Amino acid sequence: MTMAAQLQFRDVTLGYDRHPAVHHLSGEVAPGALLAVIGPNGAGKSTLFRGIVGILKPLSGTILTGGIDPKDIAYLPQTADIDRSFPISVFDFVGTGLWRRTGLLGGIGKGARREIAQALVAVGLSGFENRGIGTLSGGQLQRMLFARVLLQDARLIVLDEPFNAIDAKTSADLLELVRQWHGEGRTVLAALHDMDLVRDHFPETLLLARGKVAWGATPNVLTAENLAEARRMCEAFDDSAAACVVHDDASEAA
Amino acid sequence: MLYDVLIGPFTEFEFMRRALAAVLALSLGAAPIGVFLMLRRMSLVGDAMAHAILPGAAVGFLLSGLNLFAMTAGGLIAGFAVALLAGVVSRATDLKEDASLATFYLASLALGVTIVSVKGTNIDLLHVLFGDILAMDDQTLLVVAFNATLSLTVLAVIYRPLVIESVDPLFLRTVSRAGALAHLVFLALVVVNLVNGFQALGTLLAVGLMILPAGIARFWSRELTGMISIAVASAIVAGYAGLVLSFQTRIPSGPAIILVSALLYVVSILFGNVRGVVRQLFTAPHLEA
Repeated sequence: MTMAAQLQFRDVTLGYDRHPAVHHLSGEVAPGALLAVIGPNGAGKSTLFRGIVGILKPLSGTILTGGIDPKDIAYLPQTADIDRSFPISVFDFVGTGLWRRTGLLGGIGKGARREIAQALVAVGLSGFENRGIGTLSGGQLQRMLFARVLLQDARLIVLDEPFNAIDAKTSADLLELVRQWHGEGRTVLAALHDMDLVRDHFPETLLLARGKVAWGATPNVLTAENLAEARRMCEAFDDSAAACVVHDDASEAA
Repeated sequence: MLYDVLIGPFTEFEFMRRALAAVLALSLGAAPIGVFLMLRRMSLVGDAMAHAILPGAAVGFLLSGLNLFAMTAGGLIAGFAVALLAGVVSRATDLKEDASLATFYLASLALGVTIVSVKGTNIDLLHVLFGDILAMDDQTLLVVAFNATLSLTVLAVIYRPLVIESVDPLFLRTVSRAGALAHLVFLALVVVNLVNGFQALGTLLAVGLMILPAGIARFWSRELTGMISIAVASAIVAGYAGLVLSFQTRIPSGPAIILVSALLYVVSILFGNVRGVVRQLFTAPHLEA
């Protein structure tokens, strides 16, 4: 039985000002996969995620999202661009996760309010409903963002370094949510740096270093050779780099 | 005595009643917009836009006098032209949007003053620059009320994406394309409210009834609904008190209204509930948790 891929990268190059950050990546993510994306800083993890959620257009190649609506993707960026001085309560902020259902003018009724409250309970933030978002600690903020992802009820969830600068207890709580999403058959991608965490909880891993170094079952990817190769990745940003020409058979023959 | 000063002018003179109705409408329209300008760190963008729309409003003024329809249309065209040009230049070159906006609004202001001074009289120029709420006729009052109603209604429609775009723009971009549209519509509302304030406050001070009440509200509330309500209330109070001040003294109505707002602002800085100066001086002991 073959299942249509949830995510398909077809020779994707993503970058900025013509400089590639992810170079000629191809591969597939199956529906319901729990995939860790690892690699050194500058390897292109965040860029890849920005491409998946559609806020960065590929320089070449295509990313197919298995026919799901862009609104059916929940994205947690690495450095959330949140104005924490804005006067909005935790409850209202988390409620924005209902956008797909409410849109511009849709009401937020009793049922929706109950869902928001339940999401806050699930991330351990009950009692914080009326707090301004500016009063939260880093860990509480991350819990709040997870609550919003929970409310988005998305089929594809993309988490960019979700456990960075978060204490062990918070990480463990939030990881439990990730495992729950996986159990519900959602496709989850997470950029991570903690190899032990990847080994213990993520069945599949993509090791990225601008290009794909290895992709497959986590034990096969996290080998000393692969990791050493990724570390050798050059972070060069060459202003005078030549245009990239794909070496297909014809051009190699020429 | 007190009745003669505070209420007498409005029972006695129709133009004062019209002026009062106009400041009520202006406050309801402009103050909520001001709160969003402030929260989006765009306070000075409002000021720049007030200057940028001058040539359009001036052309409207010269073609049909102090007709708010013509001035609003002209102002909207000029405002959008400057906002779009500034946006295009900052995307196409290395110039940042604020620098680009600053250059365009100055050019636009110079053009506007030139148009008025070449084609009109000095009285016209003074009128456009400083307004005269006491000379408001019924038709103008209806336009002011219409614009304020339009502004409130449209703000209600774009409220949700505007709030989300202010607090977490990246999130809105991933779930919807409403963010860019909400921003543009919001800029249009800024222009509509600025032009709306022309007759009462003049081009230079029209932005005052947006920004000062918003600044006042920041010192009295920590949440958005509260801020908007307080901004509207303080704009109304300043509008009323400014009219009384203008009637009793010879201060023109526009500066009088803005000066009263400024006074309320200073009082708020000193005694405001939310991090006001005095409150910070006399802090209660810290809490246990």
